Order: sequence, then structure tokens, then C-alpha cells
Amino acid sequence: MAMTGAQILVEGLLRQQVEHVFGYAGATICPAADALRAAPQIGYTLVRTEQNAGHMASGYARVTGKVGVCMVTSGPGATNLITGIATAYMDSIPLVAITGQVPSHLLGRDIFQEVDITGAVTPFTKHCYLVKDAAQLPRILAEAFHIASTGRPGPVLLDIPIDVQEQVVRHVEFPQEVHIRGYNPSVRGNEKQLDHVAAAICKAQRPVICAGGGVFLAGAQQRLREFVEKTGIPVVTTMMGLSLLPTEHPLNLGMVGAHGNVCANQALSNSDLLIMIGTRAADRAIVSPKELQKRLPSIHMDVDPAEIGKNMQATVPLVGDVGVMLGQLMDREITVDCGTWRETLRLQRSAELSRTYPVRTGSVFPGRLFRLLGQRLAPDAAVCVDVGQNQLWACKHLRLGGGRLLTSGGLGTMGYSLPAAIGVKTAQPERQTVVICGDGSFQMMMNELATVRAKGMDLKIVLLRNGVLGLVHQIQNQPPYHGSFGVNLEGDPDFAALAAAYGVESIHVSEEDQVEEALDRLMAAKGSCLLIADVSSQCLTTD
Amino acid sequence: MKQTISVLVENQAGVLNRITSLFSRRAFNIESLAVGVTDYPSLSRITIIVDSGNSVVEQVEKQLNKLVEVIKVRTLDEHSMIGWELMLIKVSANARTRENIMTICQIMGARVLDVTPTTMTMEIADTPVRVDDFEGMLRPFHILEVARTGIIALQKGSGKM
Repeated sequence: MAMTGAQILVEGLLRQQVEHVFGYAGATICPAADALRAAPQIGYTLVRTEQNAGHMASGYARVTGKVGVCMVTSGPGATNLITGIATAYMDSIPLVAITGQVPSHLLGRDIFQEVDITGAVTPFTKHCYLVKDAAQLPRILAEAFHIASTGRPGPVLLDIPIDVQEQVVRHVEFPQEVHIRGYNPSVRGNEKQLDHVAAAICKAQRPVICAGGGVFLAGAQQRLREFVEKTGIPVVTTMMGLSLLPTEHPLNLGMVGAHGNVCANQALSNSDLLIMIGTRAADRAIVSPKELQKRLPSIHMDVDPAEIGKNMQATVPLVGDVGVMLGQLMDREITVDCGTWRETLRLQRSAELSRTYPVRTGSVFPGRLFRLLGQRLAPDAAVCVDVGQNQLWACKHLRLGGGRLLTSGGLGTMGYSLPAAIGVKTAQPERQTVVICGDGSFQMMMNELATVRAKGMDLKIVLLRNGVLGLVHQIQNQPPYHGSFGVNLEGDPDFAALAAAYGVESIHVSEEDQVEEALDRLMAAKGSCLLIADVSSQCLTTD
Repeated sequence: MKQTISVLVENQAGVLNRITSLFSRRAFNIESLAVGVTDYPSLSRITIIVDSGNSVVEQVEKQLNKLVEVIKVRTLDEHSMIGWELMLIKVSANARTRENIMTICQIMGARVLDVTPTTMTMEIADTPVRVDDFEGMLRPFHILEVARTGIIALQKGSGKM
């Protein structure tokens, strides 16, 4: 049967079981939009700026484990999407981004709304295609979804000129399987190396596991929990690994790193074996890798061989799918005798979790707010956290019984939380979803309240208002800098009035004794609700 | 230390761009780079010379391997490889100097490709060290232009990628 390129595209999406597309309209993507119109099985969300289409697809992908799909037009549509793509790349989130392009015979002439988007995104996509023949689309689509979702996941971009979308292909064949000769990610770990790993673990007296976002990407949360509970090895997580275990799990010591929990960092500095699982030992988590690798032996399990030895040289490297490798490891006899070590850490951890927080009149302390918020969350709540002080406070103090914490850990993209939450809610409308942000980040994404309204979504938004770009304000007021510059958010709007304009209810809290009632009202609100919590600009992430 | 990395890639548009973009993004320095199609029309071989330590070269290899269009990557051991380079060199020459230049060409195994009343253009294909030597010998005659291909390399003996 003859099909146009656009029809092939949509048929390919259906074959990949795509259920939703986040996008923004534009001239060069019209044929694809027209084909999507004819396929009502695929849902569609019109975003308010293209960057957020990337973030929504990211939130969608992270909770479903499927590939998130976004589709925008050429030129400014494509360049606006770049931040969304780069954010997904840094956190290894599987996306397929589709961009319209000017007619192929005019490529390179700088015509209206033309940019070289494949050239621009090459450094931060896993792969990208400029499609020049619609007959190649079935193969390219199958490859794109395969590459995005296997091995170390990541974004793949398809740039499709409008004439290729319109091109009629007489005989369309969709491939049954994908074969790319230069692409064969490892799945199973090397058995000999696994023996070494098992032996090293058995010998350790003070082992600690550092688990990262790679565990989620492998869908291995349950595996990790089984492994940890079987061996009794204490766990620290990176920011991307937060919520792998419930906050109060006896073996969970919290987040490691420059902004992490004291207890987790102490565990790392006193341990005699570091087991890194699905983490790249990034600079924020492992602050001085060179020093660490001199001091203690380490095991590094990751799906990407390039991460082994990039930031830190591991004693025993192990490449493969971390879920599969944890399974292989559990087939071996592993006994760890670290009861005393575990007990010491557990005591430190409970002291940290029950610490008292400072009180200031006229503002609330974020740590306490997040502790109390955690108590009110459903067991499977998804919490989307923005970037800055709000993020560091949430990562350090928020109690999660189970559920999932989503944040832009790698790129640190402000304005990630609300669109990511919309992505979550699109995939799982019944799931309780909370957004945590600051007054800076909120203003980078508040236009998406229109999307929330259009879709009738129920999101609970916690906005920490301190009138400054808090984290940079904090940095600027410490040596070697001499004080704040360009961080005062003067001109902050009346957030309650703004929310009301989008039909969203709001609550304001500025004293500690109002926090519990305000949180109760927030969580009980019918539909979306914004909680504006006044925080002191003097309040630091280290408080 | 100079190291030779041989890379087999899909012979497609955009591949070279991806590779050079990877080098600049990861702050790896390329000393020379040569590309050409192989005996299989769908495969090209890229020979890259980098001047870096072993850990950098290992990271270069791993990052190259991550590219979807890269089929194979190998760092060649300098003792078990043939690394060859072609140079075209144009020098000032007149009736008085022409014969001296010819003698140097004969000693070094270079060929004269073009001669005019005021210039001579030669080619030499040899190891980079010998190519450098040849260039050094011609310097006194006033070099007008030089073009070098960069090294291409294969493993010695029956070894192949």
C-alpha cells in the first residue's frame, strides 16, 4: 500500500507502541501533524514552549520505562527543544525527538526557519538522523527506538524535511527486527569478573553500595533491594538514585556528595569497599574520585563501558545491564559480615533523620516542610523537583515511603519540574504527583499551567519563595565572591493571582505553626493547587 | 606519546563530523586524521594520530565505540604496524639548484611530479620521520608549499581488524 512519509512515521510510532506525543505546531511539521490527527489512538499534548515538550517526554519516559516522544517544527521550534534534549542526554533518558525541516532541496540555503539541528544536537544525542528518503523511515524509526531504549538509554533525534513527510512510498516494509552492526550493548556481566566482585564483597568489613540513576534505567529497583536486603550492605545514593529505597529503609543512608547527607558521606569516607552500581561517579556525587580510588578498592557496575575509568578508576570493573548483573551476582554465595558497621551507620542515620530544625519567624524552614510533606505522600507518589536550593533541600530532607523522585540531576535545568510532572500525570493520571520548585524556577515554566488547565490535571505544587535565585545567592555570599549580584527576583508577580488566572487554587504559608494545616489543605485540594511557602533568603542548604 | 588509532566506520555522510565533534567536545587533540574507503564499499577507515597518555587514549577508544556508526576501534602498536604518509612539496628551483634537489630526491626515494623554470614539485610516500627528513633537506632551497595526507596505517603480518 502506498503511504506518505508522514503516514509511515505515525504507523511506525504505533508499531513502537507509542501512546502519547508532546509537541508544538509549526509549518514544516504539518504533514506529520495531519497524519497524527488521523491516529486518535495516540494522545497529544500541546506544550507552551518546545523545551517543555522534551521535559514532559522525559517525565513520561522515567515513570513508564518507555521511550518518550516529542515533535516540534524546524528552526526556532527545534532550537527551543535543545535544552530538553540535552537535559535528557545528561540523565540518560530515552527520548525520540522528531523535528520538521525545510524542503530537502533547499537545505543549506538559510531559508525561513531553517537550522542545522542534527549538527547542533550531535554532541548531546545518543544518535541523530537527517531523513532524506521516506522509504528509509521504517528502518530509521525502528533503529531510533532501539538505540534510545537499549544499552545506556538516551535521546535520538529525527530531522524530517517537509517534502520527505509528503513523499509517497509505493511499497512500505516495516522491519521485523533491528540490526546495527556498530551497536551491540553488553547485557550480561563477565562471569570471571563477577567471581572477583563476589570475592571482594565477601572480604569487605565496611562495604557500602553507591547506587545511581542507572538502576532505574535498568528497571532494577526491586533487584537492588533484594540484593541489599540479602547481603545487608548499607546503601548511599546519588541524586539520580534517590527513591531507589524508601528514606527510612534501615540500609538507606541517604544522598552522597557535595550537597548530600552527612551520614552518607561519612559512610563513604570510612568504608573499605565501594560498590558503584549504575552511577558515573559524577563530580557532584563523588567530589574527589582520585583521592577515593587511592584510599579504597572499588567495584564499578555500569552498562556504559566508557563510564568505567572516566571519572574514577575502579579496582574491579563490570560492564552490562545492572539488573542482569545483580541477578548473576545473587546466584553466587555471598556472605558479608558487617553487622557492627551497619549498626554504627544506622545510629548516625536515625540521629540525622530526627534532628530538630532551626525556627525563624516570618518564614518556614524547608527541611521541616519537606519532612512533613513526606508524611502526607501516597506510597507511590511521584515528586518532581526543580533545580537550586529547593532541590537540595528536597533531596536531603524529603521523606519518601516509596514512590519516585524526578529531578534534572546531570544538566541542572531550571524549569524541569512542572513539565516533567505533566509527563508523569499523562502516563499515570491516577498517580499522586507533586512539584517542588523555587520562585526562580517557577517563572521558567509557569506557562505550562495552561497545559495543566487544558488537561484538567491534579498537580500539587510547592513553591519556595525567597525572592532570590537562592543557590547562586548562597554561592555569591561566600568567598571568593563579595556579595549578591543579579539574583534578586524583584518584580516577582503575585503568585496566588497568577495561579487564579489559570484556575489553580493557592495557599500561602509564612509561619512554622501553619505548615501542617497548609500541607493538609494542599493535599486535600480538589484538582491542582499551589502552596506558596515563604522561605528566608538567608536560609542555606547547609542549615 | 603519539598513538595511532584505527577506526572502521560506516561509509556514510556525517560520520566524520560526528567523530571530529566528539574529539573537540571531549577535549581530545587530534594530531592528524586520514579517511578513505576500504575494500568493502560500505566501510571507511579513519586513521587518527593523538598525542596523549594511555588513559586518554583508552577514553578516546571507548567514546568512539559508543558512536553508532563506528564498527571497530583499535589502537595500533607502533612496532607491529606500518604507518605511512604522503607529502607533496613545492620548492623554488632554478638551473643552478635543480640538480642538487634531484640528488636529494634520489637518496630519499622521492619523485618529481612537476617542474617549471622557477619551481619543482615532488612527492614522497614514507614513514612520517623520513617525510620530515626530506622536508628538512629541502628547507634551504626555500619551500613554497607543502601538503601532507596524515598517516594511514595497517597492522603488519596477517593481523587485521
